[in-house]
Amino acid sequence: MDNKIILSYEIDGGNFSGAGEASSSVKKVLKQLGVDSDIIRRVVISMYEAEINAVIHAGGGRAEVEISPDKIYVKFTDDGPGIADVQQAMREGFSTASQKIREMGFGAGMGLPNIKSYTDEIRITSDVGKGTVVEMVVYLQEPVQK
Amino acid sequence: MKLNIVKDLLGARLLTGESDERLARFDIHSACGSDLMSDVLAFVKDQGLLLTGLVNPQVIRTAEMMDVVAICFVRGKTPDESVLALARERGMPILTTRYPLFIACGRLYNGGLTCGEE
Ligand SMILES: Nc1ncnc2c1ncn2[C@@H]1O[C@H](COP(=O)(O)OP(=O)(O)OP(=O)(O)O)[C@@H](O)[C@H]1O
Ligand SMILES: [Mg+2]
Repeated sequence: MDNKIILSYEIDGGNFSGAGEASSSVKKVLKQLGVDSDIIRRVVISMYEAEINAVIHAGGGRAEVEISPDKIYVKFTDDGPGIADVQQAMREGFSTASQKIREMGFGAGMGLPNIKSYTDEIRITSDVGKGTVVEMVVYLQEPVQK
Repeated sequence: MKLNIVKDLLGARLLTGESDERLARFDIHSACGSDLMSDVLAFVKDQGLLLTGLVNPQVIRTAEMMDVVAICFVRGKTPDESVLALARERGMPILTTRYPLFIACGRLYNGGLTCGEE
């Protein structure tokens, strides 16, 4: 793994069944690269939560993944409604998901808190009416400074 | 606990067609029963078996991200063929039992699948 590997995906907002394909594909790549299985799990669970969010809250988006020798960086971008209060959205249990989404097993308000606990860094920037960017970093080695 | 024993304890039906010998090669050390996928995703520990009453494709995806070995649907639920296809692609055995979630978990716990608790 000398060079950076960059992957990008379109997340189809109209297809709940397909949500998770990007995360699934990243999982395969990380496995092939021989990345530690705990790290893989932390990355793909976080990605999957963000991917589901992009589908159910924002009507789809894009994912970019940058795999470097020392870290994995993931960025989700969407043109959805945005998040008015990011602090509140990060709180365990806060959710605006519809009844239909809840019946599918989501909408517990656990996704963003899960991402926070599994990644080393998470940054959410959101503009109401414009969209949301969720960035996350997982270090492959212990970060020098966290 | 071998997956064929799990199947027997739950009186479950296998939907993905593996032989009993093949099932015996899956060793289950822990299980998780939930209808909330984000709840399942909140526990990064090794999850052997997922028991759930939900049958949509995201159950298979959740299991995939968590490295879950096998899934058992409860209350006699069976998913669509497309969902089973997703599981087959991933080599993930799928069972279905007529027991509700609580009873299914209880039978496994009684049978010795205690996830190291007790
Ligand atoms: N990409 C996004 N665009 C717009 N709103 C979002 C986005 N991601 C999250 N949100 C908002 O933040 C809330 C909390 O998100 P979080 O992922 O923690 O919970 P959830 O998706 O509602 O439920 P769960 O993740 O447990 O299935 C959401 O209900 C939604 O209001
Ligand atoms: Mg979510």
